[in-house]
Amino acid sequence: MTQWEVVIGIETHAQLATVSKIFSGASTAFGAEPNTQACAVDLALPGVLPVLNRKAVDCAIRFGLAIGAEVAAKSVFARKNYFYPDLPKGYQISQFELPVVQGGALTVQVGSGDKGYEKTVRLTRAHLEEDAGKSLHEDFHGKSGIDLNRAGTPLLEIVTEPDMRSSDEAVAYARALHALVRWIGICDGNMQEGSFRCDANVSVRPKGQAEFGTRREIKNLNSFRFLKEAIDYEVHWQINEIEEGRKIQQATVLFDPDTGETRTMRTKEDAHDYRYFPDPDLLPLVIERAWVERVRGELPELPAQKRARFAGELGLSAYDAATLTASQEIADFYESTVTVAGKANAKPCANWVMVDLAARLNKEGREIGQSPVSAGQLGGLILRIADNTVSNAIAKKVFEALWNGEGASADEIIEKQGLKQITDSGAIEKLVDEVLAANAPNVAEYRAGKEKAFNALVGQVMKAAKGKANPQQVNELLKAKLAG
Amino acid sequence: MIESGLRELAAALAARRISSVELTTLFLDRIGRLNPDINAFVTVDPEKSLKMAAAADARIAAGAAGPLTGVPIAQKDIFCAEGWTTTCGSRMLANFVSPYDATVIRKMHGEAGLVSLGKTNMDEFAMGSSNETSFFGPVKNPWDRTRVPGGSSGGSAAAVAAHLAPAATGTDTGGSIRQPAALCNLTGLKPTYGVVSRYGMIAFASSLDQAGPMARSAEDCALLLNAMAGFDPRDSTSLERPAEDYTSDLDKPLAGLRIGLPREFFAGSGCAPGVMAAVQEAIREYERLGASAVEVSLPNSHLSVPAYYVIAPAEASSNLSRFDGVRYGHRAADYGSLDEMYARTRAEGFGAEVKRRILIGTYVLSHGYYDAYYLQAQRIRRLIADDFAAAFRSCDVILGPTSPSTAFRLGEKAADPVQMYLSDIYTIAVNLAGLPGMSIPCGFADGLPVGLQLIGNYFAETRLLNVAHRYQQATGWHRQAPAGVA
Repeated sequence: MTQWEVVIGIETHAQLATVSKIFSGASTAFGAEPNTQACAVDLALPGVLPVLNRKAVDCAIRFGLAIGAEVAAKSVFARKNYFYPDLPKGYQISQFELPVVQGGALTVQVGSGDKGYEKTVRLTRAHLEEDAGKSLHEDFHGKSGIDLNRAGTPLLEIVTEPDMRSSDEAVAYARALHALVRWIGICDGNMQEGSFRCDANVSVRPKGQAEFGTRREIKNLNSFRFLKEAIDYEVHWQINEIEEGRKIQQATVLFDPDTGETRTMRTKEDAHDYRYFPDPDLLPLVIERAWVERVRGELPELPAQKRARFAGELGLSAYDAATLTASQEIADFYESTVTVAGKANAKPCANWVMVDLAARLNKEGREIGQSPVSAGQLGGLILRIADNTVSNAIAKKVFEALWNGEGASADEIIEKQGLKQITDSGAIEKLVDEVLAANAPNVAEYRAGKEKAFNALVGQVMKAAKGKANPQQVNELLKAKLAG
Repeated sequence: MIESGLRELAAALAARRISSVELTTLFLDRIGRLNPDINAFVTVDPEKSLKMAAAADARIAAGAAGPLTGVPIAQKDIFCAEGWTTTCGSRMLANFVSPYDATVIRKMHGEAGLVSLGKTNMDEFAMGSSNETSFFGPVKNPWDRTRVPGGSSGGSAAAVAAHLAPAATGTDTGGSIRQPAALCNLTGLKPTYGVVSRYGMIAFASSLDQAGPMARSAEDCALLLNAMAGFDPRDSTSLERPAEDYTSDLDKPLAGLRIGLPREFFAGSGCAPGVMAAVQEAIREYERLGASAVEVSLPNSHLSVPAYYVIAPAEASSNLSRFDGVRYGHRAADYGSLDEMYARTRAEGFGAEVKRRILIGTYVLSHGYYDAYYLQAQRIRRLIADDFAAAFRSCDVILGPTSPSTAFRLGEKAADPVQMYLSDIYTIAVNLAGLPGMSIPCGFADGLPVGLQLIGNYFAETRLLNVAHRYQQATGWHRQAPAGVA
């Protein structure tokens, strides 16, 4: 039985967060009435000319620097010629032979725990281009409508080498890329609105074979779930085809989320000849060193740098460091929490942000930016756990109270609601004695060798203490009494 | 008044000897009378023109006039002008009313206060050398109405030659200002690529297209170029340079001027003897004016026509893709599918010459042919520019014939595209190199005007205009007018 290896390369179109379009002054804001944000240039009226928006170039440079790529000193805009109603000029201005960003790599965390590993995905290139408009097929009585608001929106097309070997790796890459473009502020990452969409080139080959299999390109995947489902289906389909003796044809395919299947859109035979040639309306894009350095100076600390710092300086695991740098917002929240709770509590801070806070946010479908519990409040709570003012169990109550706005700080809630942990050994001993006296059967069971009975006794003591007794002290005292 | 130059007209307007409304009416009347036969204009809109004239008169009265305020001129129908039908000589745009002004139109209408008399006929999308490819029919040469006026700016040339306008705008991709100027006894200037904005000028071949003035003297060209030229942030290929007064050196003496005569333009039998004789006489005139002639060489000039007919169609095939029937312009009435809509719209909307060039351009850009044709042509382009650079090391201005023949008969070359393409054999290299070039009248052969071409180094417009003006002061060829246009 042949063992198959999956080979995946990803092309991503990230819409750049510029105020105006890449070659015109029209607004890029999403959701306006059709054709209200399309000026003469976007409509491709006779005689109009493109003028490059330098802010889009800033974005490309930011990206190039963030992935350690070469920012080309000279790159060239080319025309990609084809006819389509939502492509007003009959060509798309893109970059072909000389893209603005060349090379680079992105290291991503795949999976967690024992199965987790780091994967470096090499990037081939990233180039600037303009988006097309949209065809609207509803409400026109059998005809199609064209909305050119999106025409001319700047895109960065980011192309990887065929380095990924599973849908998990592909999704990990796409997520990391998504986080990165948002992190460096070049793309809002809104996948529903199409600001970040992926095409996956998928092929399979027998394990150990050097040459690649024939690839098929799955177009326009606009969620990570669809990316995974589409690749998994495609891999399964390709293996099946080959095992049944058929050959894979190079093709472009679409994924149907309803059926979970891919279907062929066009094969290589009917592929376009785009007749690329340098756009004579635009001069070559020359990026002086000073421009690159200016942009470098404006870059925030990058996720990779932060991840390394979290792992090194704060002693977090690779997985934790990766999770906490999944977005600028999460990283900022975490760092603010640590600022209050102290570096000694970096690990509990990580757990609280990644587990308790994340679960609570998830339950209400909120983003971390909308957390009712601030990083400062959470840090204050973690300090009280660290100094034994409250146990972990009580801390969860305090957290819930903070979430519900029952107090301005953990301290206030602990004070007001009397949640301070009982650490007075005299008080705890009294409770233990009472519980032992009232639960003779459990004591007998324990002495007869039933370890479980011990937990029941601990529970009784905690119950009597309304959860506030220091659990460690309770354990120790109980053990001592029972042994005695 | 109809024979006056722009400076005299402006002076008359400034002195209130005539109003712009009166002057405009005078030319509109002539257009009404003579245009039905000559067919130089495809659109006239007296109401619009007179409104502009009235505004110019108000500006003159307010003392806010510029040097050309109130002067009426003709506009090649390749420039988008707000509210004007802008056809580019094509059925495709026969119904297209531009919602915006080209930068040159905005400058001329707005800053300069010039009045537009109408839009002039032209070869369809500026593709042609005879004005016969126009959807709106051929233009007659006022010197002999059985002959072509040249092209593609044939309507502008005929309009000025027939005194339907004192001056006109033109565009020149391979000779489209200079060749019709030569055939109609006019002075025409194609500036250095990037001097005049291309924004709003319907593109034929973007890397070659350049707008310029067509008039009856070098002085008028200088005045009109002042109103047209200037950096435009809307055109990325526009050059940011300090503003220049192109009239500043008109009278400078020519003593010491070195005139380069390209061996390749004077050897061989490609040029009609009558044309060559007039050009030789012009050289003697320049020598009398204190210039010296030196022989130079443009060894790759024989490659300019083939290189041009790869590059220009390549760019055109892409530039004309926007005419797809989706948003504006012609759309076929009946179609069953999207592809059919495209095919029928473009089959109906474009004429034969435009289709030929779209096919050539599509072919040379196709996968597998790109290197052999397009890239090779670009290399030739570089060699041609290098040839000029070398020549300008030993001369100040290059001189030769503009066109190998005088005006040919209507229909004479219409069936033979290659013969037609060779009409531009002396002019094309100038566009490939991006240099400024002029054509000025230098005599007659068999009663038909002969054009002398002057080619300058980059940004040498002022020098070229000076060289042309001094010649025109010494000779009277440019003052000759065709019979029967009064």
